[in-house]
Amino acid sequence: MIPKYKAENYDVAVIGGGHAGIEAALAASRLGCKTVMFTISLDWVGNMPCNPSIGGTAKGHLVREIDALGGEMGKAADKTTLQSRMLNRGKGPAVYSLRAQIDRRAYSGYMKHAVELQENLDVKQAEIVSIQKDDEGWHLLTRLGADYLSKTVVLATGTFLGGKVYIGEVNYESGPDGNFPATELAASLKKLNLPLTRFKTGTPARVARDSIDFSVLEVQEGDEETFPFSFSTKEAPKNTQVCHIAYTNEQTKEIILKNLHRSPLYKGDIEGVGPRYCPSIEDKIVRFADKKRHQLFIEPCGADTEEMYLQGMSSSLPEEVQIEFYRSIKGLENVKVMRNAYAIEYDCIDPLALDPSLEIKGHKGLFGAGQFNGSSGYEEAAAQGLVAGVNAAHLCLGKKPLVLSRASSYIGTLIDDLVTKGCSDPYRMMTSRSEYRLILRQDNADERLMPTGYELGLVDEATYGEFLNRKELKEREIERVKSVFLAPSEELNQVLEEKGTSPLTTGTRLSDLIKRPQLSYKDLAPFDKGRPMLPNEVAEKVETEIKYEGYIARQEAQVAEMLRLEKKLIPEDICYDDVYGLRLEAKEKLNRVRPKNIGQASRISGVSPADISVLLIYLRTE
Amino acid sequence: MSNPTVAAISTPSGEGGISVIRISGDDAIAIADSCFCAFSGERLSSLAGYRAAYGEVKDSDGAVLDDGVALVFRAPKSFTGEDTVEISIHGGRVVARGVLRRILECGAKLAAGGEFTKRAFLNGKLDLAKAESIMGVISARSDAALKISQAAKSGSVSRKTEEICEKLLHTAACFAAYSDFPDEDIPDLEPEKFISLLSSCEEELSRLIEGFDMGRVVSEGIDCAIVGKPNVGKSTLMNLLSRSEKSIVTDIAGTTRDIVETTVTVGDITLNLADTAGIRDTADIVESLGVKRAIERTKTAGIILAVFDGSSPLDNDDRLLIEEIKDKNALIVLNKSDLGSNTTEKDFEGFTVITVSAKNGAGEKELAAAIEKLVGFKNLSPDDTILITERQRDCAKRAKGFVDEAMASYNAGVTLDAVGVMVDSAVEALLELTGKRVTNEVSDEVFKRFCIGK
Repeated sequence: MIPKYKAENYDVAVIGGGHAGIEAALAASRLGCKTVMFTISLDWVGNMPCNPSIGGTAKGHLVREIDALGGEMGKAADKTTLQSRMLNRGKGPAVYSLRAQIDRRAYSGYMKHAVELQENLDVKQAEIVSIQKDDEGWHLLTRLGADYLSKTVVLATGTFLGGKVYIGEVNYESGPDGNFPATELAASLKKLNLPLTRFKTGTPARVARDSIDFSVLEVQEGDEETFPFSFSTKEAPKNTQVCHIAYTNEQTKEIILKNLHRSPLYKGDIEGVGPRYCPSIEDKIVRFADKKRHQLFIEPCGADTEEMYLQGMSSSLPEEVQIEFYRSIKGLENVKVMRNAYAIEYDCIDPLALDPSLEIKGHKGLFGAGQFNGSSGYEEAAAQGLVAGVNAAHLCLGKKPLVLSRASSYIGTLIDDLVTKGCSDPYRMMTSRSEYRLILRQDNADERLMPTGYELGLVDEATYGEFLNRKELKEREIERVKSVFLAPSEELNQVLEEKGTSPLTTGTRLSDLIKRPQLSYKDLAPFDKGRPMLPNEVAEKVETEIKYEGYIARQEAQVAEMLRLEKKLIPEDICYDDVYGLRLEAKEKLNRVRPKNIGQASRISGVSPADISVLLIYLRTE
Repeated sequence: MSNPTVAAISTPSGEGGISVIRISGDDAIAIADSCFCAFSGERLSSLAGYRAAYGEVKDSDGAVLDDGVALVFRAPKSFTGEDTVEISIHGGRVVARGVLRRILECGAKLAAGGEFTKRAFLNGKLDLAKAESIMGVISARSDAALKISQAAKSGSVSRKTEEICEKLLHTAACFAAYSDFPDEDIPDLEPEKFISLLSSCEEELSRLIEGFDMGRVVSEGIDCAIVGKPNVGKSTLMNLLSRSEKSIVTDIAGTTRDIVETTVTVGDITLNLADTAGIRDTADIVESLGVKRAIERTKTAGIILAVFDGSSPLDNDDRLLIEEIKDKNALIVLNKSDLGSNTTEKDFEGFTVITVSAKNGAGEKELAAAIEKLVGFKNLSPDDTILITERQRDCAKRAKGFVDEAMASYNAGVTLDAVGVMVDSAVEALLELTGKRVTNEVSDEVFKRFCIGK
């Protein structure tokens, strides 16, 4: 028995210093709560144990939303960007997604310093081995015997919790990147009767830059015009590095298939479920057997390291097999592996046990965020961290929890999906998960969420003032283009015909011209004498809102329709066993999720529309 | 909340070989046990689902009402999804009513019309489209209406809708992959494939919607105006079709001054017949009002029977009428064939001409066949998918609107994010049709249709 000693008291204790933990700790302390963030290693705060990049489809949206709510991720990414690209240009503004290659160590350094500088926040290197609740609050015990007391706890344990690494026939208990795992904490959480399950994820090898023949590879440059993630970043990030594209071939496939029996996944050693949307290379080759080749991206890990990341090539095959198949790829014939690829299995909670506030049902003051909640990805983690941190703080402050609706944000959609539908594999955000994606664009994250961030107290006056100013500029310009008429002229009609759209015969509203798919706001500048000088992002927003006005209006009508169902509240104390006609499966699911309203109930898988009708009848007759 | 056990005679009224009384609800088996005695001595409560017992239904004083077979269904494996007993007894409405009365005495409540269907729906045994069609079967008034409802009941509406849904979902999935995995080396969407998929969905939806209008013709009848100049025998024709003297027939031209209406069945078709005033230039104010209304009728009617006196040559009033009905869904009825022929088919180019004698009934069959052909659903088969409620039609129409718009936007060069949202919306409208998606409309419809919450 280790002798205990009484350590400090806190309002909010965050377990984990990854992307979820950082945002949770920053949000809680910024709201005035005395906060502590525990991490197993202070050298790995804000580590990126997988891809050295932030953003991407839907994930870029999440980062913008986190920023609009006063989070840190976007600012850190902007400061440490190596290359920036707006994905999906040409596929429409709803799916434009910002993605940046990040200097991994610089990002971690930025985040470590940010939490260190934060008022009200203590940062401690310690392994929490147990958490327990008594009348005083939550007791957090460290391996060295310190007994911390906190009103609330945020579990942001990532892949550390019960972590186990697999490479071929070799496996051992471990956290990511060679850190030690949180094994005893997992046992302690099981004692709390939390519904824990096991997920797995994986990462590819890191290889030496000078062992790659870049001359035979396709180069992928950053965008000429770049945009920051954060609404408060003034300077556009610079591209200082490039990525490269390579392809697997028949030989790669052969090597992998020949050695499949040595994969812990195919042998059945791994019980955890892996992410469907981020499969290992052996998974891809088995599942898409008819595909001749798979694409991989070679990405720099930082400005002052020679390590390169092989995106799309995660694997848990034995080390020597990895070396063999990596070397079968054109350009990588002589590649030197610096860190091998591996799979990692970890404990997480069934998210149906969570409230929309991310508090665990029946465990007052205990919150979950990030991979612990069944999600995958840095951005998904950070988003939940922010919400869990705010809600832990609000619980201490006696304020109402922050619950974002599906119609407000990808963050709201992410959390609603997790706590309502649960997940059978690590949950990754995608634009197709949102039914309202035309209004949940990355360009308007500030309009959607910054008022909330400001009201919470996480967005400062200056940032909010700038937002109001941007908004006014946009609104005024939209009003103007709707009232300005362009007269037909030879020059104008020449441009119109060049762009493949019909010339004018009578005066036409400027906004109607912008609506034409072939024309952009910029194209019409020479004919629009009264046009004010506008920042790029404002001009782009004007164009989007004019062009998609009809579609946006329709989505807004859908939102209103959904809100009608969301407004049909279900009493907190409803006893589903008393509802006659509910099927057993529906009763069980409703009892587990305990939805707040009919809208949420209708999204639970296993609850049919007929069950909802039964529920509605019950609510009407009660 | 507990649901009372209900019972009703489930076989159609009239004399038949047997009658079936269905009891459904938590106490169904117990109630059956208290009035049904199996010859084997077994209690129904000891039987597993799908098991039958032969025995007698006894009155409270022990008198035997009838002998029959009781079939036990255990929840959820029954039509309603509840415990159910179906007792088949010997025919005769009186006997069946006696048995039902005894069952009600034992604690069951009389099931309201559609009650079993409502319970089946609420217990998740039927989707909304099927439930609606069963209600349609229950209330069908003509054979053809029944045919349609039965086709819908067999699930063809749901099946067809799901088929279209699947195609649309495939498209939506392509969009999603294309937008969500830009780095995954996913081939670009092929515009021709995409457009052909969408237009096939559009066609199928159009057919469904047209089918609804036909379905409504079948269940509600088609408006049919009988027009012609005075005294060509319009009223006689009407009386022939309706086999009654609804219209006053005299030799005085202009007898029918207003519109006389009646509903008749011609073949499979229900016609809402309207006998109108003779169309002619007239100085009589009352009559001219009638003429005005008659002309109005030709504009709103689904079909027109234009009657001419075949025994006399065409005059100006006749030609006026021909002009009036040009481009309309009209049949030329050449009446008075018993008096000889003084017109030729050439006088009515472009029209189908049927020669009849309304007075003696000659040509009646030919006329019926021509009407059926004109309405155009002789080919109606139980395999046709026909929407049967306004709600279903509205969903299909919205879905079609979204598909149309998706194609139009795509062709106009609108970006795929917006096009994709149109496809999603079409899918949602179709899910609403089958009740797979909950919206206020669906739940309101449930309340309306099944008188719930009262």
